[in-house]
Parts: sequence; structure tokens; C-alpha cells
Amino acid sequence: MAPPAQSQRSPSPSQPSGKGEVSDLKSQLRQLAGSRAPGIDDSKRELFKKVISYMTVGIDVSSLFGEMVMCSATSDIVLKKMCYLYVGNYAKVNPDLALLTINFLQRDCKDEDPMIRGLALRSLCSLRVANLVEYLVGPLGSGLKDNNNYVRTVAVMGVLKLYHISASTCVDADFPAMLKHSMLNDSDAQVVANCLSALQEIWSSEASSSEEASREREALLSKPVVYYFLNRIKEFSEWAQCLVLELVGKYVPSETSEIFDIMNLLEDRLQHANGAVVLATIKVFLQLTLSMTDVHQQVYERIKAPLLTLVSSGSPEQSYAVLSHLHLLVMRAPFIFSSDYKHFYCQYNEPSYVKKLKLEMLTAVANESNTYEIVTELCEYAANVDIPIARESIRAVGKIALQQYDVNAIVDRLLQFLEMEKDYVTAEALVLVKDLLRKYPQWSQDCIAVVGNISSKNIQEPKAKAALIWMLGEYSQDMHDAPYILESLIENWEDEHSAEVRLHLLTAVMKCFFKRPPETQKALGAALAAGLADFHQDVHDRALFYYRLLQYNVSVAQRVVDPPKQAVSVFADTQSSEIKDRIFDEFNSLSVVYQKPSYMFTDKEHRGPFEFSDELGHLSIGAESTGTVVPAQRVEANDKDLLLSVSEKEESGGPSNNASAYSAPSYDGSSVSAAASSQMLSELAISSVTGHASQSSLAIDDLLGLGLPVAPAPAPSPPLLKLNSKAVLDPGTFQQKWRQLPISLSQVYFSTMT
Amino acid sequence: MISQFFVLSQRGDNIVFRDYRGEVQKGSAEIFFRKVKFWKEDGDGDAPPIFNVDGVNYFHVKVAGLLFVATTRVNVSPSLVLELLQRIARVIKDYLGVLNEDSLRKNFVLVYELLDEVIDFGYVETTSTEVLKSYVFNEPIVVDVARLPSLGPAGIFMQGTKRMPGTAVTKSVVANEPGGRKREEIFVDIIEKISVTFSSSGYILTSEIDGTIQMKSYLTGNPEIRLALNDDLSIGRGGRSIYDYGSSYGSGAVILDDCNFHESVHLDSFEDDRTLTLVPPDGEFPVMNYRMTQEFKPPFRINTLIEEAGPLKAEVILKVRAEFSSSITANTILVQMPLPTYTTRVSFELEPGAVGNTTDFKEANKRLEWGLKKIVGGSEHTLRAKLTFSQESHGNIVKESGPVSMTFTIPMYNASRLQVKYLQIAKKAKNDNLYRWVRYVTQANSYVARL
Repeated sequence: MAPPAQSQRSPSPSQPSGKGEVSDLKSQLRQLAGSRAPGIDDSKRELFKKVISYMTVGIDVSSLFGEMVMCSATSDIVLKKMCYLYVGNYAKVNPDLALLTINFLQRDCKDEDPMIRGLALRSLCSLRVANLVEYLVGPLGSGLKDNNNYVRTVAVMGVLKLYHISASTCVDADFPAMLKHSMLNDSDAQVVANCLSALQEIWSSEASSSEEASREREALLSKPVVYYFLNRIKEFSEWAQCLVLELVGKYVPSETSEIFDIMNLLEDRLQHANGAVVLATIKVFLQLTLSMTDVHQQVYERIKAPLLTLVSSGSPEQSYAVLSHLHLLVMRAPFIFSSDYKHFYCQYNEPSYVKKLKLEMLTAVANESNTYEIVTELCEYAANVDIPIARESIRAVGKIALQQYDVNAIVDRLLQFLEMEKDYVTAEALVLVKDLLRKYPQWSQDCIAVVGNISSKNIQEPKAKAALIWMLGEYSQDMHDAPYILESLIENWEDEHSAEVRLHLLTAVMKCFFKRPPETQKALGAALAAGLADFHQDVHDRALFYYRLLQYNVSVAQRVVDPPKQAVSVFADTQSSEIKDRIFDEFNSLSVVYQKPSYMFTDKEHRGPFEFSDELGHLSIGAESTGTVVPAQRVEANDKDLLLSVSEKEESGGPSNNASAYSAPSYDGSSVSAAASSQMLSELAISSVTGHASQSSLAIDDLLGLGLPVAPAPAPSPPLLKLNSKAVLDPGTFQQKWRQLPISLSQVYFSTMT
Repeated sequence: MISQFFVLSQRGDNIVFRDYRGEVQKGSAEIFFRKVKFWKEDGDGDAPPIFNVDGVNYFHVKVAGLLFVATTRVNVSPSLVLELLQRIARVIKDYLGVLNEDSLRKNFVLVYELLDEVIDFGYVETTSTEVLKSYVFNEPIVVDVARLPSLGPAGIFMQGTKRMPGTAVTKSVVANEPGGRKREEIFVDIIEKISVTFSSSGYILTSEIDGTIQMKSYLTGNPEIRLALNDDLSIGRGGRSIYDYGSSYGSGAVILDDCNFHESVHLDSFEDDRTLTLVPPDGEFPVMNYRMTQEFKPPFRINTLIEEAGPLKAEVILKVRAEFSSSITANTILVQMPLPTYTTRVSFELEPGAVGNTTDFKEANKRLEWGLKKIVGGSEHTLRAKLTFSQESHGNIVKESGPVSMTFTIPMYNASRLQVKYLQIAKKAKNDNLYRWVRYVTQANSYVARL
């Protein structure tokens, strides 16, 4: 058992917390500090290890700061690293002492071993002490220019750390511009990736106050930059690829052919063993094709197999993350997955958080052809020893029944549940039968016959009891015993703890009274009396209301309480389609796992480094409607608009004013009109002229040539900005390829695209 | 981007704790552990791998009885963080040889060293064991392997079978062996997890094989490797519904539904001759993951008979038949069956002469458990269990009992018939002391017979 208050750790034998040990360490460290005896490093290592282990278990060893720093004069790299770790942990609470460390860290930043330089720089930037930032600028500046890539990767992250300690120092030292230069020119892919991470964070947080930063942030999404990253994607580590793909997912191509080029280039990323890469790629595909109905659907078909493979390989935790995304797609377009229902069958040893998702998917994909098998499978789970899942399964059967027009067989199953004589099964089934009757009153005869046999004494759960009482009231003329069952329930009014049940009881007895007055009159009187004396406000009010209503006019009361009802056609969805669209837009994020858009669970500053403002999202969509991309077809209200509702909805809002700034129709030499891109161009040009850009890709050289005619043209007009990796197919062929994929729905309406 | 990373023991002690960004409060490990603990006690089953408490997102994976946890306030990609946690565990295992609480406690300084290089300010720098080698200076302190229970699917190679060197899978990629020189060897394990659901009449309702070709290389000089798979291997079921079995059964061709590959794998000649080319990085990694729903012969058939013997008594007869070659032996078999909740007592009767069997009735969750050390291919085993009830069963025993489930491990057997035909190591200098191990193992994932 966890103690209720864990903030005060109770000392245990293995975790000493006494001050004794710490002061012991202190004196031992002192002894070692000045010593130059041989083998001294080994003793120091042992002591340092002890300090770090205390630190890990949460014992405050900050009082050793001075001694640790004194001992740090060593050439032993293991010792250095432990010391750095310690210093990084406690500098913030010991700002005065932290100053002591600056000296040796700065010295190490100039060490001839790049490893030491990097380590020292990283530690220097991890001190998190605001009044020491002046000491960071110099080493960071030289770190960014270091000839060793390890030092450069550390320096880039160091800039970001500096930004978080003191944004103004970072910006004043012009570090963002230096990072941008490195991002577009450095030969090391990890340096480039770190620059991208750092700049996304810095510019996103600056964007609210600085127009320039906001422009820079948008420029990250311009064609030259996105293509630059795409062309180098194979150089990046799998993690950096995720970063790049996230960026590409926000890019809005201006031409249809670009979409196919990008998808061609990224196609093999879908075969990656790292699920994060695959999901990031899928996001790109889904976003790119939003306005192309048929291709978008083909993307669904294409990603099915990789997703299923990821779900079944890897740890249960990893497959849960993937399954959550599959769940989202299934809910969006169930018809595409209806033949894959067997993949959503539960395995007996799966954790319940996985089973719950699968049950929802099974419910969603049920259609005329597979309902029988799905319901049969669900009934197996209903008898399961795992009670929460058994309950969910019964609910799933009920939901399927409410979706289908042919409910014949399902009703039979539900009624069988009622006969299973397991409390929780009966309870869930009763709730379902009630909902079913609200939608299909024609089944009342069959249902009532079975429900009538259930003894109300065996029903304990309030929801189930309420359901039974509702049926007693609603069908009291068909259920012979109805008035008497209600009467006995009213007799036990005092023992009924649930207000919901008592409310239903009042209403049911009223309805029963209208249909069978002589038999019910007594019970009604008792119920109203009990209700008026009830301590629960709602129950009391309802009883009073009924009482006065009856006093006023019985037939009016009947019209109010028991009017002829229309069958419910569709039960309201719990989540609005707007919210669902937002979650879909945030694909490959926690929003999908929590099934909530990010604004519901994160504060504004933490929406993620790449959370663009609404206006920008709007702007990018506005660009589509300028006509270079095939306009989204407005389809009739069928399943397909589920897939497309995002773009359609936004588009119906009309293009926004800002759209023009971003609507460069194509990138032919004369008309690079996007302000953001041309700015990026000039930057590139400068960097190139100064001679740093020897490594820059073809794409950038091109741009240079066309964007700034004054600059010396480096190559004899090579083709326009292009993805240079193996674009195996031309757009036409590629689309052909997509089309060959099986489409599960025959009635899908195909629009021809040019 | 993550804010903190920590590893907790089963009791909730911090073994390693690293704060990268200082955005999440210090007490996060306690908050996390309490949440996970009470999730279960509140009857909601296991805590999901990802949850949010007061604006902090907690991610965790369980590895070797330890909880690897990351926290962040940012709306990140959940797959990225979970993959990362799993990968950190693997890197640590590569370094320590064995990953468990003991080895982690002994080597926590080395682990901190690794963590410093794997993540900087919350962003992933590298998870390659290979790359990390040049940044890490602590020598691993190797824990005594002999006493430790095996971990992970490949762990089974440690016990039993003499053909394999016992210490292989627990060897650190950096530590030198006592002899001084490193042994040049490479392990390729084909690990398959099979899931089968039998209907009450013995008909196969669903079946799936999830396989992985796992590699662990101790070769120096990073030579290129060619791995040839079956000639008749094909991928994708050509647009047919994947449960549309057709006539592929028995015809010999191995048809995978889908697969994915490690980034080091080149597929240039895969289309032509089913050969994978790669330069294996150091450490353990999956070369290829695959999934197959093609029909296959299940290794075990399970037969259950329930007979009522009076109002308060019944007899359950469980029969397990091994339908694989007699040269193969399955081990660590466990058969389980939930019994009606009103079961009070169970007495067991094994076949005469049965050895290595254990039988148990778990009172708490009313479950029958039958363990067998070994089952030789072709043999059949029977268990009779006499149940006593506290109330009359009303002929509902079958409805009130759960499906029979089974777990097992079968070395040198693979259900998919996917094979590594050869493993070629391209090396300039001829080296005779090169050891190549290709090993197969099949395990039950979800193996269930309904009543």
C-alpha cells in the first residue's frame, strides 16, 4: 500500500535520509579534494556514485555543492560526467555556488577533445541560472561553429536552453538567425534536426510578440524549406524523420502533382519498423489528400495493412498507441474497414484498455453482411469472466441493434442475455432493451414477455432498475403485473437509495395510473406521498408537480406525462462532428488517445512546438480554394463526407483575406509571390554568396537562380524545384497505382480527376 | 519532446530519474505510481500506457518488471514516446547484457551516461547502441546471470538446448569477455507468436501469426550480411480480404499479409530473390516484423468435456494433443480454465505415469490451472477434474465456465514455415571463428478453445 502522503518519503533501510550520511560524504569529499595520490579517481568515483544515488532517490545533497565542485578538477571523464549531472541538478537552487562551476566549465569548453567540449557546453547551458547567461553566449557562439558535429548538435540545443532561461539574451545574440543558417547548410543531419526543433520552439513562442518571428515560422512551411528537408530525409535518424514528417504534414502544396511526388517519395516510410515514423507518414498522406476524395480513400486502403502490422508487433503499450489511431480512422470511415472486422476481435489476454477500443471498432464496422458474426463474437465476451468487458460487450450488441434495420436476430440474443442469470448481464441487457424499445416499439410484445419474468428483486443497479421501471410504466397495459410490481417497489421507497430510480418510479406509476386507474390508484397515492416527503429536491419537485397536475386536470396530466411517443430514429452522438474533425486534424498526437482535442487537456503554452494558430490553419486552407488544386467535390450526404468534412466546412467559409499572401499558384521563375518564401530566398542567397552553402542541395541553388536574378547563377538552369530522391513514378502512374488498390465499397461514387 | 524520464521498480522506488526540462514538478514519480496502483485497485484493469493528471501526460512501458516512464506537458506523438521508452530499455539491455532491477541499480551511473546522450533537452538525439559507444565511458558491472530468470522471448535459448551457447543473449555489447578477445558471432532469431481461437466444435475461428526476425550481432568491423528467406515467400494478399483463405493451405507458399523492416535493411534484391541485405548495427534489433493470417496447422488441439455428476458435482475432462513432429518438444505449457463461481473444491486425476505435471485450483479467481513441463510432438495428455459446487448448477456449467486458454513455447518450430535459407557474412579476411546462430521459436499469444 502506498502511504497516503508520499511527498514526505519515509526512510527505509536501503534509502538513508539522515543528515549523518550527507555530512559523512561531505568530509570524505573534502579529504579527496586536494589529494593527488594515485588511484584517487577510483575513490572519487565511488563517492560520486553515492552522491548521485542519493540524488536519484530524492535525498537533498545540495549541501555538498562546494565540495563536489572542488573535486571536479580531474581529467577522468566518468568523474566529469557525474559532476556535470550533479551540477545540472542543483545549480538552480544554488545560484551563488553555480558561479563556481562556470570557470571550469568554460575551460572545458575549449578542451581539445570534442567530447569534453560538448559535455561541458551541455552542462553549462543546463545550469538554468538567469544571472549567469552572459557566460553562455561566447561558448555557444563558438560551439555553433565548431568543426565537430557532436559539439554543434550540443550547441544548437544549448541555444534553445538559453532561450528558455533568457529569451532576450538569445535573440539579441542573433542566435535564431545562426540556427537558421545551420539548418539549411550543415552537413550533419542531426545538427539540422536540432535546429529545426529549436527554431520551431523559439519562433512559435516569439510569434505572438514579433511579426518577424511569425513570418519566419510560416517560412518553415514554404516550399523550398519543405523540399529541402524531404530531399534529405534518408539522412536523418528515425526520430528526426518524425520531426520532418510533422513539418511536411502542415505543408500545403500548390499543385496536384506535388502531392503525388511527395507521396511517392514517402511511400517506403510506411514499411518502417518504427511506429512513430509510420504514423507521421500516414498523417502526411491524410492531410495532403484531404481535398481529393478518391485518393483520400485509397490512402485509407493503403495504410490499413501497415497499421495492423504495427498493432500486432511491438509491446502492448506501443500497439495501444497505434490502435488508438486505427480506432479514429475506423470511426471516421467504418465502411472501409468492414471486411477487416476479425482484426478487431479481442484476445483473452489483452488489457482492458485495448479491448474497449476494439469493442467500439467492432460496433462501428458492423453492417448487413458481418453483423451476424460480430454479434456472435460479442456474445462470447458477454459470458466472459472479465466483468467490465462483458458489460461493454453487451452494450456493443445493443449499439449494433440500434444501428441496424434488421434487428430480428439481435433482439433474440439480447433476450437470451436476460435469461443468463448473471446480475450484471441482466442489468446491462435491461438498459439495452429499454433503448431498443424506444427505437423499435414494434418489438414490445416479444420483449415484454421476457422482461415480465424478471424479478425486480434481483435487479440492484440503479440504471437497470430505472430501465425496468420505465418499461413497467410504458407497457403497463401489456404487463399483467405492472401495477403490483410498482406497488411493491413503492413500498420499499425508503430503501431505494438512487434518486434516479425514485424519479422513474414516480413517472411510471403515473403512466400506469392513466392506463389502469383502479389498480394503480393506491400505489399512486403512496408514491406521491413518499415523493413529497423525499429529501431529494428533484424527486420532491416532481412529486409536487404531478400532484398539482392531477389536481388541475387528469386528462391534461396524461397529455403531459404520457403523450403518444414517436420512435427515436437516431440517438444523439456524444461527440459533435466539429470536435471529431479537430481530433482528426491533430492526428498522431495525444488528442487521438484521449479522444479530445488538445485545447481540452493542455494549456496554451504547451500545445506543442508546432501548434499553429487558427488563422494560419485557415490561411493555408484558403490557398486551396484559389483553384490550382482540384477543388473538393461537394458530394451528396453519404459516408464519404465523413472523410472530407474538415476541408469542406472550412472552405464554405470562403477564402480569407490573408489567403492571397499565400496563394502562389506555382513556382515558375517569374512569380514567386509568397512573401514568406521570397524572404527565405534572400536569406539563402546571402548564405550562398558568403560561401557557406557548398553543401546546400540542388533545390536551393535553383531557387537562388530564380529568386534573385542579381546573384550569380550557379548552374546552367537546372530543372525547377524538385524532389531529387527516387520519384519512381510520374503522378499519373502513381495515381493509377493507388487506384489498383481494392476499394471495399462498391457504391462509392467516383469523381474523375484531371 | 519529453520533460522527464525515470525508471521505477515494482515497488515504486526511483532507480533512475532524469529531468530534462524542469517543466514538470519533482513529485511526478509518486503521482504516477499512485495513479497506476489505484487504477488497478479501483477495478478498472491495468492503467493505460498513457494518461493525463493535472495537465501532465504520463507515458509508461513495462519491461522486465520495471516501469519506464516519460512525462511531458506538450501534446506529442504518443507512438514516438512509447517507441522511445522501449528503445531506451533495449539500449540499456545492450549495454548491461541483462536488464532487471539488480543490474540497473548496479549500473545506474552508466545509465545516466546513456540518458545524457540519448535525449537532450527532451529531444531524441540518438538511440543507436553503435553511435552511443563512442560517448559512453563507464564499464558495465555484469550481474550474475545464472540465478536470474530468463527475460523476453529469446530468453528461452538460455536454458535447455545444448546446441546454443548459454551466455549469448545476456552478453553486453561493450564488455569484454574474461578471455580478452571477443567472440565473433551473430544470432538470428525467428520468433513467432501465434493466436488461435477454436469454436466449441473445434473449428478454427481466427488465427494469426505475428513474427519477428530478431538479430543480435557481435561481429567486429560491421560486415555486410545477406539473409535469404523462402523463395516462395510472397507479401500481400493481392487485394483479397485477408480472411479469404482460398486454397493456399498446404500448397507450400508462404504468404505474409504485411511486413515492415528495420531501417538498416536494403530491399534492392528482395523482389528478385527474397534476400535482405544489411549492415547490422550493434545490439539487438528487429530486422523484420511480419503478420500472417494464412491458414496454418495449429500445434495443439484442445478437447474439453464437461459432464454433470449429480446436482452439486461435475467432471471436466481436458485433452491436449500435440500435432507436430515427435522430434520437437514444447515446454512450459500452461492450460487454464475459469470455472463457475460457485465451485468450492476441485480434485484432480492425472494419467497414470504422468511426470512434470502440476495442477491447481485458484480459489480467488475460480480458475483451474494445469501445468506441463514438456509435451513431445505427437503425444496426448489428459486431465480429469472433479468439481464440487456450493449451489445447484441448473445445467448452466458450460455457460458459467470460461474458455480454455493455453500458453506454451516450442523451440525449433515455426508455424509460418518462414525460413532463413542462409546467412551470408561478407568479410574481406577469412575468419574461421565465426559463429552463426539461426534459431526458431514459437509461442502462444492468445490460444483459446471455446466451450
